[in-house]
Amino acid sequence: LLDVKRVLSPLPLAAGLAVVAVVALLAYGVVSNEPSRSLDQKIAAGQRPAAPAFELPRLEGGSQRSLADFRGKVVLMNVWASWCGPCRQESPLLQRWHERMVRGGGTVLGVDTLDVKGDALGFIRKFNLTYPQLHDRDGDAIRKFGVIAYPESFVIDRTGKVAATQRGPVDDAFMRKHVAPLLGS
Amino acid sequence: VRRTATLLAMAALVGGPATLAVAAACPKTTLADVEDEVMCPVCGVPLALATEAPQAKRERAFIEREVASCKSKQEIKQELRAQFGDRVLALPPSKGFDVAAYVVPAVVVLAGLAAVTAVVLRRRRRGADEATPRAAPSLAGDDAARLDADLQRYDL
Repeated sequence: LLDVKRVLSPLPLAAGLAVVAVVALLAYGVVSNEPSRSLDQKIAAGQRPAAPAFELPRLEGGSQRSLADFRGKVVLMNVWASWCGPCRQESPLLQRWHERMVRGGGTVLGVDTLDVKGDALGFIRKFNLTYPQLHDRDGDAIRKFGVIAYPESFVIDRTGKVAATQRGPVDDAFMRKHVAPLLGS
Repeated sequence: VRRTATLLAMAALVGGPATLAVAAACPKTTLADVEDEVMCPVCGVPLALATEAPQAKRERAFIEREVASCKSKQEIKQELRAQFGDRVLALPPSKGFDVAAYVVPAVVVLAGLAAVTAVVLRRRRRGADEATPRAAPSLAGDDAARLDADLQRYDL
């Protein structure tokens, strides 16, 4: 039988509490670093969740821009980095679609993250990208979108709601299926 | 021409040692010295351990450029922080939840010391108790009388 008096004596009690505290701390660390997949779950359930709000500096420098500044436009938010191979492959497609989206009241919005700024600007010049670019240096803003891989893209409708997500590079079929119908709306 | 040559010679005499001193002080640090104190933010491990990750390779190239431009380790770490935020530093900042990284080990060490001290004191006290000779049990009435009689008989 458990000796209650012995267990409740100060030393075992303190040791027990310390173990519980350390386990709780580890659990919090694990849970808080877990990528959120709530956007994908809601979209899979047929909903359009509101896009998490953020404000970031322009990659080229200067003022801050928020996602709300693009309200009224169809936005394909593309999270990328200059060191990411698949980002290089999808960039020409994104530029082509940006030109098409502008005519239909939309835009591609690049969010460069965890990147050396100079490398990112070189990337933009190399691929002649003309769409607006923001810089999320530590990835805090895009974490709300559950981004863990690069590239990832989010289709945001004119009311600021997420219509589709792509965890990986987009292709023409994805753009035709998820972006083109919104441009007509 | 002669005057120009003299001026150039004087400039070499004055500037030479200074140039050599700068050259001797540069580079001020090395990639190896920096990469074990910073993180690869995408990989979530120290940069020294992230050998193949593309982001780590870019970060390393950035550090090498900074080393070549004669920046110190602290300056390079500041540059990395400006590029990638606080998370790039292997030691987290002492604010917010990150304070736990400093407080928890300190608390664990203090709690451990307190526990060891308590155990040692308890054992020492128990040892002292065991070393003290116990008082002999008093004899019951008949035995005491018999003992007294024996002591008198043998004249002790």
